[in-house]
Amino acid sequence: MAEIMYWEALLRAQDEEMARDPMVICMGEDIGVAGGTYKATKGLFEKYGEKRVMDTPISEGGFTGLGIGASFLGVRPVIEIMSVNFAWLAMDQMFNSAAKVRYMSGGQLTAPCVFRSAGGAAHQLGAQHSARMEKVFMGIAGLRVVTPSNPKQAYGLLKSAIRSNDPVFINEHELMYNMKGEVPDSEYLHPLEGSEVARTGSDVTLFGYNISVHWCLKAAEILQTQHSISAEVIDLYCLSPLDRAGIRKSVSKTHRAVIAEEDEAPVGVGSEIIAIINEECFFELDAAPVRVHSAFVPQPYNHTLEAAAIPDHDDVVRAVLKLFGKA
Amino acid sequence: MTLDDKKRVLQEMVLHRRFEERCYQAYIERKIGGFLHLYPGQEACCNGVMEAARPGHDYVITGYRDHIHAIKCGSDPKVVMAELYGKATGSSKGRGGSMHIFDAAHRFMGGYALVGGPFPLAAGMAKAIQLQGGDEISICFLGDAANNQGVFHETMNMAKLWNLPVLFVCENNLYGIGTALDRSTAVVDQYKRVCAYGVEAAQCDGQDIDVVYEHAKVAVDYVRSGKGPYFLELMTYRYRGHSMSDSRGYRSREEEEHWKQRDPINILRDKLIGAGQLTMDAFQQFERDADVYIETEVIAFAESSPEPDVSELEHYVLA
Repeated sequence: MAEIMYWEALLRAQDEEMARDPMVICMGEDIGVAGGTYKATKGLFEKYGEKRVMDTPISEGGFTGLGIGASFLGVRPVIEIMSVNFAWLAMDQMFNSAAKVRYMSGGQLTAPCVFRSAGGAAHQLGAQHSARMEKVFMGIAGLRVVTPSNPKQAYGLLKSAIRSNDPVFINEHELMYNMKGEVPDSEYLHPLEGSEVARTGSDVTLFGYNISVHWCLKAAEILQTQHSISAEVIDLYCLSPLDRAGIRKSVSKTHRAVIAEEDEAPVGVGSEIIAIINEECFFELDAAPVRVHSAFVPQPYNHTLEAAAIPDHDDVVRAVLKLFGKA
Repeated sequence: MTLDDKKRVLQEMVLHRRFEERCYQAYIERKIGGFLHLYPGQEACCNGVMEAARPGHDYVITGYRDHIHAIKCGSDPKVVMAELYGKATGSSKGRGGSMHIFDAAHRFMGGYALVGGPFPLAAGMAKAIQLQGGDEISICFLGDAANNQGVFHETMNMAKLWNLPVLFVCENNLYGIGTALDRSTAVVDQYKRVCAYGVEAAQCDGQDIDVVYEHAKVAVDYVRSGKGPYFLELMTYRYRGHSMSDSRGYRSREEEEHWKQRDPINILRDKLIGAGQLTMDAFQQFERDADVYIETEVIAFAESSPEPDVSELEHYVLA
């Protein structure tokens, strides 16, 4: 099993799928000649040519709709939206066309396209380049949402997304493209639904996804070594549909839950997980679930303000200690 | 078009007109719900273009005024009416309604209700055709008001940039909902707007099907021969309001009367009578035949069809 970077995992997945199926194409801003902002399409233009690796104009609504229209006829486009903030411009097509076409055609049409986009706060990118928008995507019926937390998931989820007959939104993170991790040498398709136990524990469940899985893992280590609290970490790599059974199973074991998300709190993954816990296993709880999240502000530019707006592993530790009456 | 073609098309246009007028009645009777956008007055547009194209072979996409486009592509009027009634036998099994008629088997790729939304979808279908190497073309029928959406401009640029086999048909009926074109749009000649993107374009009368057909033939041949996108503007008029909730207070009865003097069905009828190919009696028989067919088959089918099964509410969300 080779250790490769997150962007290399995405590249390998796209390369393999393009080699396998001539109907798989890539499109997006700067993905071809320039090789991609995050290198996820590096070298594909030279290998597959401009008809299949399309440098698009800066017209998010237009090229996203174009990819969706092509998918109606069996093309499988991987549409890269450079930053999730720009996806607002493409949401009409994603939601009104891709997500709804199967239903409103009574199953006649389908939009097997993949939308890849980098979300999350990076380094002082300001309010219009730092959004987390998974909470918007996961509320749309007809759209699958996955969010890889490591290179193996990035590789396997992208491959599965390309082969899926549903539109899939893949929420990536600007800070994670250079993360290293082991990816199977042979072909690997990751399930598009479910969740993973990233660390087993017995006293509290820490729910995370994408970058917040890493806060949870780090927090779990601190909790174990410094506070003798055994935390289980659940990686919610699939945000739609959420893994109700997986959530119930872990909370039924630990009886306590903390949800960590980089998103701001009102309306989000945390509130949804808490609702599911209430619906699935309320009477298993020993304490009210807690969410760790960003401040409800447009992302500030200043470094100190930015750090103050975004949670990290320390916030997760504090939340757990509070849950146990230790803080 | 041969004279036989023209007689057939006239018969079809009569059916289209009567179908839509029967929808109006069914809406008043509350058999049809939601929004209902009717096509009378514009029949020569869809018919003229599709006579020059290959219905059922070329991919067609449009907005919410979509019943007749579907039928012209080959959809069974019974199935379209059943959809308007929200029945399980409807084209979308009752999940679409008037604005969302689909018939993938006949390559009618749908009615969409976001103004301008189909522009990039049409270009995308053309991209797929280009990749797959087929001889189909993608045809996008939309109204004039759609051209004020951002995706219109984005799509024209991409369609030309990538030389996509897509024909944009602008059915210019002079109003965007209830706002006159010259009150919403700085350049009223729509075909001029695509010149900025290098897209081949023409404008012609949309009421005389011979004129529509001649222009559409040029456009279809251009696109099918691989020369790239084409934009055809057809000057037309809708007799009814934008939808059923529209009392047409924004335009004069004189203006409506003026356009009714140029009724697309009457124009073709009178030409055929003048050429000795049709009698008024025969034409009136077309109308009676259409009414009987619609009543005894189309409406009867919709009325007698079952409601969708509520237990299947969540079918067709994901594959």
